[in-house]
Amino acid sequence: MLSYLLRRLAISLPILLGITVIIFYIASQMPGDAVMAMISQETPMAEDLMKLRRGQLGLDQPLPVQYLRWLGQLAQGNLGFSFQTGEPVGAILAARIFATLQLMFTALLVAIVLGVVLGVISALKQYSALDYSLTFLGFTGISIPDFFFGMSLVYVFAIRLNLFPTSGIKTAGEPYTLADNLYHLVLPATALALARTATFMRYTRASVLEVMNNDHVRTARAKGLSEWRVTARHILRNALIPVVTVIGFSLPVLFAGSVIIETIFQWPGVGLMFVNAVTSRDSPVIMGYVLFSAIVVQISNLLTDVAYGWVDPRIRYD
Amino acid sequence: MDGVSFEVRRGETLGLVGESGCGKSTTGLAMLRLLNITSGHINFEGRDLAGLNQGQLRGIRRHMQMVFQDPYSSLNPRMTVGSIVIEPLNVHRVGTPAERRERVQELLRLVGLNPSFINRYPHEFSGGQRQRIGLARALATNPAFIVADEPISALDVSIQAQVVNLMADLRTQLGLTYVMVSHDLSMVRYISDRVAVMYLGLIVELGNRDAVFDTPLHPYTRALLSAIPTPNPKRERARKRIILSGDVPSASNPPAGCRFNPRCPLATDICLEQEPPLRDFGAGGAPHLVACHHVQ
Amino acid sequence: MTAATPVVFPATESQVRGESLWGKARRRFFRHKLAMAGLWILGTMVLLAIFAPMIERYPPNEINLEAMSQPPSLEHWLGTDTTGRDYWSRLVHGARVSLSVGLVAVSISTVIGVVLGSLAGYGGGKIDMVIMRFTDMVMTFPSLVIIIAVVAVLGPSIYNTMLVIGLLSWPTIARLVRGQFLSLREQQFVVAARSIGVAPVEIIFRHLFPNVLSAVIVAATFGVAVAILQEASLSFLGLGVQAPTPSWGNMLRDVQTLSILEGMPWLWIAPGIMIALAVLSINFIGDGLRDAFDPRSTL
Repeated sequence: MLSYLLRRLAISLPILLGITVIIFYIASQMPGDAVMAMISQETPMAEDLMKLRRGQLGLDQPLPVQYLRWLGQLAQGNLGFSFQTGEPVGAILAARIFATLQLMFTALLVAIVLGVVLGVISALKQYSALDYSLTFLGFTGISIPDFFFGMSLVYVFAIRLNLFPTSGIKTAGEPYTLADNLYHLVLPATALALARTATFMRYTRASVLEVMNNDHVRTARAKGLSEWRVTARHILRNALIPVVTVIGFSLPVLFAGSVIIETIFQWPGVGLMFVNAVTSRDSPVIMGYVLFSAIVVQISNLLTDVAYGWVDPRIRYD
Repeated sequence: MDGVSFEVRRGETLGLVGESGCGKSTTGLAMLRLLNITSGHINFEGRDLAGLNQGQLRGIRRHMQMVFQDPYSSLNPRMTVGSIVIEPLNVHRVGTPAERRERVQELLRLVGLNPSFINRYPHEFSGGQRQRIGLARALATNPAFIVADEPISALDVSIQAQVVNLMADLRTQLGLTYVMVSHDLSMVRYISDRVAVMYLGLIVELGNRDAVFDTPLHPYTRALLSAIPTPNPKRERARKRIILSGDVPSASNPPAGCRFNPRCPLATDICLEQEPPLRDFGAGGAPHLVACHHVQ
Repeated sequence: MTAATPVVFPATESQVRGESLWGKARRRFFRHKLAMAGLWILGTMVLLAIFAPMIERYPPNEINLEAMSQPPSLEHWLGTDTTGRDYWSRLVHGARVSLSVGLVAVSISTVIGVVLGSLAGYGGGKIDMVIMRFTDMVMTFPSLVIIIAVVAVLGPSIYNTMLVIGLLSWPTIARLVRGQFLSLREQQFVVAARSIGVAPVEIIFRHLFPNVLSAVIVAATFGVAVAILQEASLSFLGLGVQAPTPSWGNMLRDVQTLSILEGMPWLWIAPGIMIALAVLSINFIGDGLRDAFDPRSTL
């Protein structure tokens, strides 16, 4: 297992390195640089001084040299400094990542529970009215844009029914309490969970249907096992294995989805930070976030593989 | 696989037999250069195919064709029967387009199919009919030489005889030369002039059909032949089966010495050390080659 | 697709016409109820989009300060926005933008995906490795994130939106085509084609490609749905199609304030429903196509 993990990491490294090249290249094509960021209407800078500053920062060097310097900084954990606030990018990310993870994993949990349960029900009652309605709802779930669904939730539950707050992570001006935090979490997490719930439901349904037609299930029935035991022991245990993969691969999608949801609900996570950075062309922050997102994908792929081996006894890593 | 050497004479049918995994199909593919060979020569009508590049090979392909084992995967499901059979003619620019279409009709008739099937698709046919389509495709450019790789093993037993008879008729009618790759000994006995027995990528016995079937010399050939049931109950009762012990070793890592030694009832020390060469034990001018230390 | 052009034979007596796999799939598709519903809805939208200049009741960008923020009425079917522009006219013009972005983006990604996928799958070996490592790299980013980052470089515009979505969405199709090619390459009909002497390019186009076409069509159909959602998301964030050109996504962007959300729901409900309906119908069509091509699939 350990050697498998190491081997996987060894494969990930060149990919991550390639990614840094892509990210660096994208960022280098962005208009504006660190020196431009120092200037504002109030503090104009002479041409000569700008040139001098660029020299000091190494911005007049050829791109490959700049890349290697940046990579060196990166290896030491330095992601650069925000053009807007001058804060280190790493610190900005660290300060906001918890909010995003809270949103993501709450949504994931909701989606897993709802999606798997509804998917199993749908499959067990195949061709019933309930199955058709759930399938139809599933299609609708993956078709509604999450921002539209989010706005609808705000309209119904925050504005009309006044049950939940419209935005934010906690009531402004009050000290943090978990209850208040969770109260604010309900709508954004629901909005983010919708599409995933629908996806998990469809995969679970398909997977259960496939297993139900297997010979070993027919044998179990023939043995006279109760329907409940057949379902629990012989169908679900096997059917849920492929669903693990779908759940694993949905982490990056949730991460990307949080960009939109955080914007609607003004949820102070890294997604909202990213959108703000893009609008103000704050390239160190953009680079930091994109790199971070790539790492999230790599980690979730790895976790998926490990989890898959863990639930599927046929797979051994050696 | 290495060290396979044999010749096929014009107009004859050579049967290539052996257990699955012994390299007979590979030999078949290599003969037509459908696999890349690392060393050796393939002499076809005086030209060495091993030295040709893909472009040069393409020109020669019209003279040598292949019939495949699986009648399902050997026909492109998206093409009509007509397009499948006409393709070799198009590739080699045989005749005018009108003549090619004429030829397709003729070919379908030749293999016993209704020529009006040209616009149908392979999935609408039975396995035997599909194999006939495959034959029509192989015969399209009037090749002299055809390698048939297990042409009937995927078919229903009831259909097998029909296809074999068709192939035998076509041979007489068109003067074809066949290499018949098969593990079906009865079929090989029926259709072949000469037979080569392969074991783990090597030819262990090669001779005229009757010599090999009536007086098998290699212990492996004897074991193979003893597995054929005979229709005569008296002789069937007398038939002694030689059961080979052990599994077939991997062909990529064959045992040292004689490759058959781990399973051979006759194996002695020399078999563990020396690889036996093919020696001729033929009588009356017909060669009968065997690779075994113990044949005298 | 020209790749599978059947050879035309003259009619013989008692000509028997076989039914191709395409014909079978077509019959199954037209029996798929949801797909038919999707086809009707999408067809209507496409017509609205094509004839938008004739259907519009006012020029879509015409500001009318005397008719600001009006609720739906006979005069303005879907009301007006905060600058008095007729919302119905904007909606049908938005259909043009949103649907064409989806279509163009998917055309780009399908072409790239098919070319790279076939090269990798048929070429194998080193070519395969290089292409697939590159694909892995592009796939390492959550698609929306990298799309946003690249748009940040190029600057937001309708053409950049099409281009960026198209240039970054090909890995799915590339992997699909490669996988199918790898398994098809081992099929005997490919060896048969080689034994006949068919050239490699022709093997790819005449023999392999028609066999992956159905899978590519299904993937591309679902791709259009994804691309429309991505365009909507980008425009919603202000990084896609720019004002005053209407797209369903940026129409939702303009109405995010609580007062509009609460007081003028028609302004956000209409474009939201249009996106959902378009995407839903495309998904239905994709589902119908998949069932038609592969009746065994349960997903």
